[in-house]
Amino acid sequence: MSAPLLDIRELTVRVEGKEILSGLSLEVGRGEVHAIMGPNGAGKSTLAQALAGRDGYGVSAGSMRFDGEDLLGMSPEERACKGLFLGFQYPVEIPGVSNMYLLRSALNAQRKAAGQPEINAAEFLRRARQEASRLKLKPELLKRGVNEGFSGGEKKRNEMLQLAVLKPRLAVLDETDSGLDIDALKVVASGIRALRDGQRAFVLITHYERILNLVSPDKVHVLAGGGIARSGGAELVQELEAAGYETFLREAA
Amino acid sequence: MSAPAARNPEIQELLQRKYQHGFVTDIESDTLPPGLDEDVIRVISARKEEPEFLLDWRLRAFRYWREAREPSWAKLNIPPIDYQAISYYSAPGAAKDAPKSLDEVDPRLLETYDKLGIPLHERARLAGVAVDAVFDSVSVATTFKSRLAEAGVIFCPFSEAVREHPELVRKYLGSVVPYRDNYFAALNSAVFTDGSFVYVPKNTRCPMELSTYFRINERNTGQFERTLIIADEGSEVSYLEGCTAPMRDENQLHAAVVELVALKDARIKYSTVQNWYPGDEKGRGGIYNFVTKRGDCRGRNSSISWTQVEAGSAITWKYPSCILRGDNSTGEFYSVAVTNNFQQADTGTKMIHIGRNTSSNILSKGISAGRAQNTYRGLVKVFPRAEGARNRTQCDSLLIGRDCGAHTFPHMDIGHPRAVVEHEATTSRISEDQLFYCRQRGLGEEDAVNLIVNGFCKQVFNMLPMEFAVEAQALMNVSLEGAIG
Ligand SMILES: Nc1ncnc2c1ncn2[C@@H]1O[C@H](COP(=O)(O)OP(=O)(O)OP(=O)(O)O)[C@@H](O)[C@H]1O
Ligand SMILES: [Mg+2]
Repeated sequence: MSAPLLDIRELTVRVEGKEILSGLSLEVGRGEVHAIMGPNGAGKSTLAQALAGRDGYGVSAGSMRFDGEDLLGMSPEERACKGLFLGFQYPVEIPGVSNMYLLRSALNAQRKAAGQPEINAAEFLRRARQEASRLKLKPELLKRGVNEGFSGGEKKRNEMLQLAVLKPRLAVLDETDSGLDIDALKVVASGIRALRDGQRAFVLITHYERILNLVSPDKVHVLAGGGIARSGGAELVQELEAAGYETFLREAA
Repeated sequence: MSAPAARNPEIQELLQRKYQHGFVTDIESDTLPPGLDEDVIRVISARKEEPEFLLDWRLRAFRYWREAREPSWAKLNIPPIDYQAISYYSAPGAAKDAPKSLDEVDPRLLETYDKLGIPLHERARLAGVAVDAVFDSVSVATTFKSRLAEAGVIFCPFSEAVREHPELVRKYLGSVVPYRDNYFAALNSAVFTDGSFVYVPKNTRCPMELSTYFRINERNTGQFERTLIIADEGSEVSYLEGCTAPMRDENQLHAAVVELVALKDARIKYSTVQNWYPGDEKGRGGIYNFVTKRGDCRGRNSSISWTQVEAGSAITWKYPSCILRGDNSTGEFYSVAVTNNFQQADTGTKMIHIGRNTSSNILSKGISAGRAQNTYRGLVKVFPRAEGARNRTQCDSLLIGRDCGAHTFPHMDIGHPRAVVEHEATTSRISEDQLFYCRQRGLGEEDAVNLIVNGFCKQVFNMLPMEFAVEAQALMNVSLEGAIG
């Protein structure tokens, strides 16, 4: 039995001198879809950023292993090239840098790290256009600056486009379902389903039942009080919808 | 035509006297000792066998310069320059220390050529390998010359134009940038040794991009270069100056003058990529670049467009400008200026609206990193008679790191009540968020910076001729090496 794809043990993360995560543990196996829910400010995005290796998200204790390799010593780009993808809760705008140009550069950087040749420009464009039309992303947005003047929903679809083109081994999607209209949500869910191949894993950070009904996660976790307060199957979602986070907050206090 | 100064007995005597002092030994390949006075100017003019009018003009310029003062209004910190410590004449081919082949060239320079993708056959010339060893460019230049001659276009070294077309030189030299214009223009007028001359005849579209790249027999003209481009009625020309490769040059002070004249319905496009040595990361050394560039839209419906990528030099003082004299004429200025380490740049443009329905467009992109200071300085002047004048100015600054500075001084002097003048300025910093976003997608930190910087400059790069645009992008990356971290 090989190691889980993602193995987080007793992780403690401090931001600006404040301890946000205290001894969090989480295992995600190959091909699995996990959901992480939890109250605002619980530390879900903090977990995602720490996984991706963002400066300022200092890991003071514990470990994170990805496919058996220690993530802690790796730069953000090394982690990305190993196949770790983060869909941002608030994707940043990069004016002037064409959306397609960033994506092609990213893909080529990852291919280079894997010892593969650069993708042919025409082939790339074909692939990107195909994925964009599947995600119903307006072709015009491919030419614009990265997220430049995109609506909230368009930014999220653009994250999905990057996911679809980069095909990572683990995608952590931080509220990619928030701010999407019903059609877009269906598109995102079908995008995730299409990428499930028995190997690729997903961690969906979300506040809503809707997306989970569409993708049926293998496991659902509640992040509260600096760690995973509870884990269960899809039925946990209904329970949370009914009772809210009240009990977890009380336990944590 | 007046007798060449060289045949003047007094000058001959002067030349001899200099020789007696042992300063110069060989009449064909020689260098004057440091220092500047009227005698030096007479020697320069004599060596170049110039007509009387040119010597007179040089001397008037010199006398003006002697009384003038260095300008101090720029936001630049300029160390004192000892003008008497400079040698003002060096005959072509005089550089005895020039490398004989690429094997003798600094390997770091070759490495940079590699990064910039400079073709192999160009490297020798750029590195300053003696010209006669660079056989490739000779053949290129020859085919080039015959195509131009067919079209009637004159493109030659300035000194050749003085000999072959003195009437054109006399008519236009100093007509856009008079020697009284400013301190450095006066110095250049007094001592310039060579440069480029272009004349495009009426209703002629120059059949190719003209480029200093192809101009051979011009070693040692970089310091006080003089360029004059005349586009006659209904003609069109595009001129490229410089190149992305760092050029070998021992002269610290550069003071060039470029004059453009566009007659009725003529169009001139002038593109520059400047990459002189910027000094090291501690701020030691580097070229001081004081340039006067100006275009005169003299005729109706004429247009002049400047595009510049300023990446090199320790100090850049440069304001390519347009005098919009003809009705319906248009002026454009597109600029990228990048400064890193201790570089200082004070650059921008002047758009002088004199004719009716004249329009101008200014797009300036300044990038600062390290401890560099980058200033945009612009003037939009609309004369009372310039009915229908329009200007649009956009100045964007990008900061990398916390120790650099960006400054914008957009002056407006609007003399017509219905002139339409729009100005927009932005300053941004490459954010942590942007870098992390790119890195999370797999790009290294430097690649991420380059991506963002190139995106910032794109609108200007798009104005460059194709192959230049690609090189300019590579140049940005090399210039900002080490800017992060
Ligand atoms: N850079 C920072 N500086 C200071 N505090 C921070 C920083 N980043 C996060 N925090 C704090 O850490 C806590 C967890 O924030 P985080 O964004 O991880 O919450 P979240 O669970 O993703 O919440 P939400 O559901 O609202 O997205 C919050 O109290 C937040 O204010
Ligand atoms: Mg969050």
